[in-house]
Amino acid sequence: MTVNMTKGQAISLQKDDGGALTAVRMGLGWQAAPRRGLFGSRTREVDLDASAVLFADKQPIDVVFFKHLVSDDGSVRHTGDNLVGGAGQGGDDESILVDLARIPVHIDQIVFTVNSFTGQTFQEVQNAFCRLVDETNGQELARYTLDGGGQYTAQIMAKVHRAGAGWQMTAIGNPANGRTFQDLMPSILPHL
Amino acid sequence: MTAELVRGQNHPLPETRLEIRVSVGKPIVAGATLSDDRGKVRGTDWVAHPGSPTLPGLEVPRQAAADHRLAVDLGAVPEAVHRVNVLLALPVGAGGPVSFGSLAAPFVAVTGLDGTEVASYTITDLDAESAVVALELYRRHDAWKVRAVGQGYAGGLADMLTDQGLPQAHELAGAINEAVARGLARSVAAPPPRPPDEARVRATGQTAAGPAGPGPESAAAPQPVPAPHQPGDASGTTGGPVNYTHPGRQTSAPPPPPPAAAPAEPGRAAQPVAGDATGWSMEERLYNQVWGMFEDLARATAAYRSAVDFAESRMDQELDKVLSDPRSRIGNTGDLAREAARTKHGLLVDRARDALDRDLDQLAAESGVVEPALPMAFAGWDSPVWHAYRTPMEIPMALRLGDLHLPERPDLRIPMLVRLPLERGLWIDSGRSSGTDTLADTDQLRRLAMDSAVAHAARLLAVYPPGEFTVHVIDAAGAAAGALSPLVTAGVLDGAPAAGAAGVSAVLAKLTQRVDLVQMAIRAGAADALPPDLDTAEQLLIVNDFPHGFDDRAVTQLRYLADEGPAVGVHLMLVADREDAAEYGPLLDPLWRALLRLTPVADDHLADPWVGHAWTYEPPMVPPGSRVLKQVLDQVAHARRTGGR
Repeated sequence: MTVNMTKGQAISLQKDDGGALTAVRMGLGWQAAPRRGLFGSRTREVDLDASAVLFADKQPIDVVFFKHLVSDDGSVRHTGDNLVGGAGQGGDDESILVDLARIPVHIDQIVFTVNSFTGQTFQEVQNAFCRLVDETNGQELARYTLDGGGQYTAQIMAKVHRAGAGWQMTAIGNPANGRTFQDLMPSILPHL
Repeated sequence: MTAELVRGQNHPLPETRLEIRVSVGKPIVAGATLSDDRGKVRGTDWVAHPGSPTLPGLEVPRQAAADHRLAVDLGAVPEAVHRVNVLLALPVGAGGPVSFGSLAAPFVAVTGLDGTEVASYTITDLDAESAVVALELYRRHDAWKVRAVGQGYAGGLADMLTDQGLPQAHELAGAINEAVARGLARSVAAPPPRPPDEARVRATGQTAAGPAGPGPESAAAPQPVPAPHQPGDASGTTGGPVNYTHPGRQTSAPPPPPPAAAPAEPGRAAQPVAGDATGWSMEERLYNQVWGMFEDLARATAAYRSAVDFAESRMDQELDKVLSDPRSRIGNTGDLAREAARTKHGLLVDRARDALDRDLDQLAAESGVVEPALPMAFAGWDSPVWHAYRTPMEIPMALRLGDLHLPERPDLRIPMLVRLPLERGLWIDSGRSSGTDTLADTDQLRRLAMDSAVAHAARLLAVYPPGEFTVHVIDAAGAAAGALSPLVTAGVLDGAPAAGAAGVSAVLAKLTQRVDLVQMAIRAGAADALPPDLDTAEQLLIVNDFPHGFDDRAVTQLRYLADEGPAVGVHLMLVADREDAAEYGPLLDPLWRALLRLTPVADDHLADPWVGHAWTYEPPMVPPGSRVLKQVLDQVAHARRTGGR
């Protein structure tokens, strides 16, 4: 079951059997640019980056991205930077794993973003998508198709936030522009 | 030109006099049957086998072997014969493999008398069969052709011969097997499989020289033969495919699964188990588990500190806001707001502390099961494994240099493990550091520093196999004679501690020369050109009271050793107070940075690689009154004297 979430839609991160979610993964996949002629290394590679920003009371506390792969507390882990993309067959090229049970008590929101580090807009990227997966059973919770998305180089994808004792996810899906998550901070803050 | 046949494919034969070569990799029986135009073997005299190896136009080997040559003269076989079936069978009752499935795929080739290959066939997909018809040579319009058959029989020769219509199939199969068994009995017995620790030759000499009873090595000797050498495995000793497995390293067989924590009851953390980590051996698993605990403690504490910091900064902000708000000066609204801010702070800190306690309790429970399971090199001096000390056969993976803890839970100690051989030299700081102002005078600190240097050196000597670690000491002023006495009296040093400027330069010259020679040999790829008297053991140089007794030249040599030594097995242990060397100015800064600083007393100067907390380091202490250090050193010395290799 895949939920193609619409903007602003909130879903509670509870499993169908009522148990709370304990681990989610944000996956990002895109198709590598086709090789160019003789000097293949001069292909204009497409490098998309997934980031997660951890907020406490609307203040950024920690961030997980390609230069800081594990949050200080160890609860959010980036599996590593992919600079060129993959086959475009729907597999994740970058992943961020979130262990919800281990997130420090003061962190109340985590925002996931996607940036185009090499500057191509989503219009120029082939077969790009990002999705949120329940890590415990591999079920897809939400999916966005990024390609053909217009003249944007970034997207604020979704946020996971505390609701009572558990966690809830809200789809944001807001396009933005920027090279890394720092450029997105002004666009993120209104969504907190 | 060779035709590589697939099952069922045929190929014309250019000549009638041929040779058929068989190669399997394990001893097998090769034979041939003749059959008439209806595919029937007319009698036992139409079967060539080891008990009756020659028929007109056909000769087969007399005994089982891994490689066979069958001679065939198709012009000489009787007119009634329309087919010659080449068959392979496994010897029965010889303790060998029982099915072709456990062998490399048999290879058969038809060659001319000059050795040129006409056709070849690799019989794949065999499984439970113990006999197989490999090829048939058959008449077609007065010419002979070869066909790849590859028909296997799980019932062995008896089934095969029955299938070919021979009435006395079972009797003949029995006769063939008996002939083969006789042949095998004549042949030289295959060497027995290697015992698992044969590669560790030192083990035998060690247990013979050891002072007491059979050691753990000899107790482990009669283990069952490890998986890679089981009979029937194609990687065996008699010919066959090349065995690429390293004889001393059994990474080809998967390691036994690590002990995993039992599944947790819902809502409660799992009971920890020692060795619950990845690795090829228990040692590696424990090493990884200790590092996992180290990282988890660092991160759990980071989560707690981050939450507390946030709670405090939020409370400060809220209190500031109350102060700057003029309305709060009227009535008690200000007090209420202040109270609310403090309550919010308290609640968050409490929740953070609860989460931390949950994590620390889990780690403490894990530490409780891991510590007793640690091998010698990872264990503290108070561990019983040190009382059961025996000189080791192998260099351990890592060495415990001490304990690390954080102020949140001082009793939760993480072993500080560094990989061996040492990648950096050690600097035992005998100077006053920030945390130790309350303690002791300078002399006492120096004595403590030298004591802990001796304990580290003793530990290194003890965990290396005898003769693979050599310790030199420079004690220019002879000030550390007391501290060094355990090493000196046990006789585990390379020579007496070097004293005076002459002693310093002699030891340094010797070690510098060794570094130069080994470096040259490595660069030139000529390790065998090293002088025969060169000590191949790892070298440790303990320098007490640096830079006392050092001139500029000696200091330069020491820096050279610190930079170049670790790569070629020469390590430094400097016992020094940085203040003493202050006159050298910034010249020595790279030296201090290149060394791992340890303190003789607990001090929080070490940072973890993940979050950079300041961890309190505690040197490994020999329990007061314990004689474990002396006992261990005596055994090391004994093993060195008896050349316990």
